[in-house]
Amino acid sequence: METKQYQEIAAHVRVGIVKAVHSAGSGHPGGSLSAADIVTALYFREMNIDPENPKMEGRDKFVLSKGHAAPVQYAALAERGYFPKEELLTLRKLGSHLQGHPNRDKVPGIEMSTGSLGQGFSVCVGMALANKLNQDPGRIYTLIGDGELQEGLIWEAAMAAGHYKLDNLCAIIDWNGLQIDGNNDDVMTVKPIDEKLKAFGFNVLVIDGHNFEEIFAAFDAARACKGKPTAIIAKTHKGHGVSFMEDQAGWHGKAPNEEQARQAVEELGGEW
Amino acid sequence: MAEKIAKGDKMATRQAYGKVLVELGAENPNLVVMDADLSKSTMTADFGKAYPDRFFNMGIAEQNLYGTACGLALSGKTVCASTFAMFAAGRAFEIIRNSIGYTHANVKVCATHAGITVGEDGASHQTFEDIALMRTIPGMTVVNPSDGVSAMKLLRQVVAFDGPAYVRLGRAAVPVCYDEADEIVLGKGNQLRDGKDVTIIATGIMVNEALMAAEQLAAEGIDARVIDMHTIKPLDEDIIVKAASETGAIVTAEEHSVIGGLGSAVAEVVVKKCPVKMAMVGQQDTFGESGKPDELKKKYGMTADDIVKAVKELR
Repeated sequence: METKQYQEIAAHVRVGIVKAVHSAGSGHPGGSLSAADIVTALYFREMNIDPENPKMEGRDKFVLSKGHAAPVQYAALAERGYFPKEELLTLRKLGSHLQGHPNRDKVPGIEMSTGSLGQGFSVCVGMALANKLNQDPGRIYTLIGDGELQEGLIWEAAMAAGHYKLDNLCAIIDWNGLQIDGNNDDVMTVKPIDEKLKAFGFNVLVIDGHNFEEIFAAFDAARACKGKPTAIIAKTHKGHGVSFMEDQAGWHGKAPNEEQARQAVEELGGEW
Repeated sequence: MAEKIAKGDKMATRQAYGKVLVELGAENPNLVVMDADLSKSTMTADFGKAYPDRFFNMGIAEQNLYGTACGLALSGKTVCASTFAMFAAGRAFEIIRNSIGYTHANVKVCATHAGITVGEDGASHQTFEDIALMRTIPGMTVVNPSDGVSAMKLLRQVVAFDGPAYVRLGRAAVPVCYDEADEIVLGKGNQLRDGKDVTIIATGIMVNEALMAAEQLAAEGIDARVIDMHTIKPLDEDIIVKAASETGAIVTAEEHSVIGGLGSAVAEVVVKKCPVKMAMVGQQDTFGESGKPDELKKKYGMTADDIVKAVKELR
């Protein structure tokens, strides 16, 4: 597939996010949209997975450590064929398998129930250790929010990933710079992310998280790196793809109304 | 491994844990053991020596200990992950709740140094809240063995089923009150002594105190039944209802806060199914302090004498 095709898939994923969050009337569009290209790259190129056989032996696994971005994972799974896209409109509704934060019991393709920040990454350390023990070739991927880096557990997990030389583990940091209360730099500085992760024993790559060539190259480099885990720091824009949401902290956890949702879908080239 | 453990011998339940882990390591190649820099105290070190490839020291980082344990379990491993009760049930509560409990992960949280008998380390390390915390997590099995023999038998059963469990273990050596031939079944209370006047339902190291209390009561003409409630969740409701209806009064005894622990769990059953008078022996709503285990048990009201007193006040 060419880059343009991945961009088209990512646009479909973004449309899915907007429609799902609008239908739910609540949820987290900003950080879902910022991660849409990375998550698309994982599900459509990087990972060895099979939607027909979600529990395939030796598969790669993706854990959404920033679980509040559930809409991006649901939209990508639906786009990839894990479940019908219409179900995205049941997000957060009573009885839906699409919980506000991912639940591994309810949705095929969800490897870990997340939502409480820091825990997904920590669980990935265990999954990576298990694959080493089992000589399982599967790689472990996780997406971590930049605000999530403020959780102490992230650094406990990072220390262990470095200590145990988990080169089958790849963490992607969705560095959109914003969190609920505003800029990371105002709330609680997380910089320098690259130097910190290097000091914890990571192979660190910094990329444009909306550029598929850079995302693919980083995944290739991560796979080639032996003896240490990789962290890909992906510079992104919160709300990317929807003009009025872009770089606005206010769209962290707010649903668009119908007019806004229609406009967003139109901007993304989708159909309402 | 083969030396016999006889009734009356002294053994800490953590010692039993260390011993059974090494046995299980040989029997079950899928078993992984983890610790957070306390392996010589929690007794996981012997497993680490015997099976270094399946032992992970996570450093002094209890949250990540249980997060990582969850990842290993969701990848098919059976995991026993240990630290002191304070840092397992306390510090890592939310990881145990959200990562392990919510996913039903096959992680056995084997927490040692619970309760007042931690002794000299003092209040910061004396956990009285862990049973209360752990039993509120849906699907969590909660076990508190009374002695070395029952600890080994219960740990084997805990490791054998697929799902999360909390096992509460102690630091102090306590008398063995079971024979190795005795049957001890997870989820079933053990009646250790029959009686018609009152029932003492005890857990952990208080079982031994309860047996001593029953002797004292017998000398004064009070016929006390004694039940070892080693499994607090799922709770053996039948044995409680039977005791309530046949003896008409229940005293619970635990090395834990009287808020939320065994006493509360028993009361939840009694109040619904067979209301009788109850009293609860345990740590009152207060922190502990440094001292020798026996001194502390006395000062904070967790001895056979305290059980006798509670029984008499109830009648």
